[in-house]
Amino acid sequence: MKLTGAEIILECLIREGVEVMFGYPGGAILPTYDAMTKYPQLRHVLVRHEQGAAHMADGYARATGKVGVAIATSGPGATNLVTGIATAMMDSSPIVCITGQVPTPAIGSDAFQETDVTGVTLPVTKHNYLVYDVEDLAYTIKEAFHIARTGRPGPVLVDVPKDVQNAVTEFEYPEDEIILPGYRPPQAAEEEQVRVALELIESAERPVILAGHGVIMSGASRELLQFAEMTQTPIALTLLGKGGVPEHHPLSLGMMGMHGTGQANLAIQNADLLLAFGMRFDDRVTGNLKTYAPNARKIHVDIDSSEIHKNVRADVPIVGDLKTVLNQLLPRMKRIEHKAWMAQIRDWMEDADERDIVNQNVSNRLLAAHVIHDMWTATNGDAIIVTDVGQHQMWEAQYYPHERPHTLLTSGGLGTMGFGMPAAIGAAMGLKQPNVWAIVGDGGFQMTITELGTAAQERVPINIAIINNGYLGMVRQWQEFFYEERYNATPMFNPDFVKLAEAYSIPARRVTTRDEVIAAVEWANSITDGPVLIDFVVEKHDIVYPMVPAGADLHNMIRRPMPSPDGI
Amino acid sequence: MKQTLVALVENKPGVLNRVASLFRRRNFNIDSLTVGRTESPEVSRMTIVVDADAEKVQKQLYKLVNVIQVEDVTDTPNVSRDLALIKVQVNNETRGQVTQLCDIFRAHIVDAGPDTVIVEVTGNEDKITSMTELLRPIGILEMVRTGVVTMTRGDEVLAPPEFYFATNGNRSNGFRQNVL
Repeated sequence: MKLTGAEIILECLIREGVEVMFGYPGGAILPTYDAMTKYPQLRHVLVRHEQGAAHMADGYARATGKVGVAIATSGPGATNLVTGIATAMMDSSPIVCITGQVPTPAIGSDAFQETDVTGVTLPVTKHNYLVYDVEDLAYTIKEAFHIARTGRPGPVLVDVPKDVQNAVTEFEYPEDEIILPGYRPPQAAEEEQVRVALELIESAERPVILAGHGVIMSGASRELLQFAEMTQTPIALTLLGKGGVPEHHPLSLGMMGMHGTGQANLAIQNADLLLAFGMRFDDRVTGNLKTYAPNARKIHVDIDSSEIHKNVRADVPIVGDLKTVLNQLLPRMKRIEHKAWMAQIRDWMEDADERDIVNQNVSNRLLAAHVIHDMWTATNGDAIIVTDVGQHQMWEAQYYPHERPHTLLTSGGLGTMGFGMPAAIGAAMGLKQPNVWAIVGDGGFQMTITELGTAAQERVPINIAIINNGYLGMVRQWQEFFYEERYNATPMFNPDFVKLAEAYSIPARRVTTRDEVIAAVEWANSITDGPVLIDFVVEKHDIVYPMVPAGADLHNMIRRPMPSPDGI
Repeated sequence: MKQTLVALVENKPGVLNRVASLFRRRNFNIDSLTVGRTESPEVSRMTIVVDADAEKVQKQLYKLVNVIQVEDVTDTPNVSRDLALIKVQVNNETRGQVTQLCDIFRAHIVDAGPDTVIVEVTGNEDKITSMTELLRPIGILEMVRTGVVTMTRGDEVLAPPEFYFATNGNRSNGFRQNVL
């Protein structure tokens, strides 16, 4: 069968199981857009800005576990993808970006809308390709999906010049398995490491599991819980690890790190064994490395060998797929109790509860923590939450416990403001269910607010909750603590978000008191045929507690002051 | 301390750029990097001398899809060679001195003009450095070094895997030659 390059791209996408792609047309990708008319089974979602397309593909991937696809034209189309690609890279999210490029004879001539896209995206992709020859196209797309989804997943970009899209060749889908001698993702742990790990696990008195994104990516939730229960080991979660184990489980300590729970951080600092499972000791998680878990031996399991010893020296380095490694450990493990250690941890938990704002009465003002807590109640704790970046993100992490994997999607590594709403669109389209909530701040929301148009046009049933405090709140918090309250460039003039939504024919409401929260969330839940928006106008001067200042020792947390009559 | 790594990489467009970009963004300081072909046209070989943690460099290199194998040969007995071409200003008096130095260092004069000679010297880095120190007072006009290439001694072999010599039909695409 003779096909054009453009048709080959789409044939290959169908064979990879792609149902929806997020993109924006333009000169150099037009042949592919024209070919789409022959493939109605591939749904194309027209975004308003290519950054949105990359975030949507990312959200789709994180929610479904499948590869997300973004399409853009050359030059500005492709460079607009970069923030979204870098976001996916930092959080190991599998996406494939297909970009048009100027025709091969024009490459290097500074042609109209020409950018060296493989050069620009080289450091922010897992791998990328510039396809010179239509004969290479099918294999390259297949290879791109293989690399994106296997090993430590990540974004892959395929740049296709316009003449390659137009060129005609005999299409034969490469059925053979991909063999890349330089790419062999690890699977099982070495026997010697398993043996040493078991010895450390059996002799530990104060162990803590650090559960990261890898738990979710390798589908190891069940094995992890079994491990924790058998060894009575408490579990601290990274931000991206949330959902990896049920947070209401008695062994769950909640989130660790800069805005982690007191019990998680204190447990880590007092531990004699850290079991780091699919996490990478990010600086937001460790604080000062010199004083981090000073008495703990470390067993570090990661699929990416370059993460081992990168920030923290591991006593037992294990390179492998977490689920496979846990299944190697489990049959050989003994039941262990850590009664004294668990008693100590329960003390810390009770101490944290006293400071917990949810249990405090607050007169007449609406606190973000209360909004999130009530959202959790009104959604039965079972919504898919996609956050933006900032204070609201940390409050979500603290006050919305997640019980299942893939239910919290958030930009952790890159901390990309503007991620939330477009990623929620991608998630909702992938899951085909109406319980996806985008929790966003008023700052980040306005970075990609343009995608309201996409949500309205495609009638994507997302629920948008703006935690609106009229400030770039997290920056404001740092200014309050570390820059003597000089609030430079953080107060924000905002539009009337309700009217703005209505201009897009999106139903919207404003909420200013706590009494209205649950009813508003239920109202939003009842609208399932398109987007809906709630503007929660919250207390302007609130702080995310506890906080470990950047570079400080993990146990030196700034705690919420004990309750005052006013509550904050 | 300087570390020497030998890497086999696929001979595909942009691979040198990928390696160089990696060193820059991970803050690895390159002392010398040479690249050339191997016995398979699809595989190139790099000798990389870095002032960085060799284990970290090795792991990061392995993250590149086009990198096939990386060996840290710093502490393995090896043969390391660097080649320098040195253009030296000479007169009737100093021409003899240069010839004498060439004898001592087993270097060659590969070009001679009325006022200049080009000296070709091969050896490990120390030897070339010594040679240049001695030529400097005579008058070095121009100099170029290839950078170090290294091969371990003995029966250990670092060669492209069989894959790159097979000719069956299911081979990956995009192997273009001479485009490194």
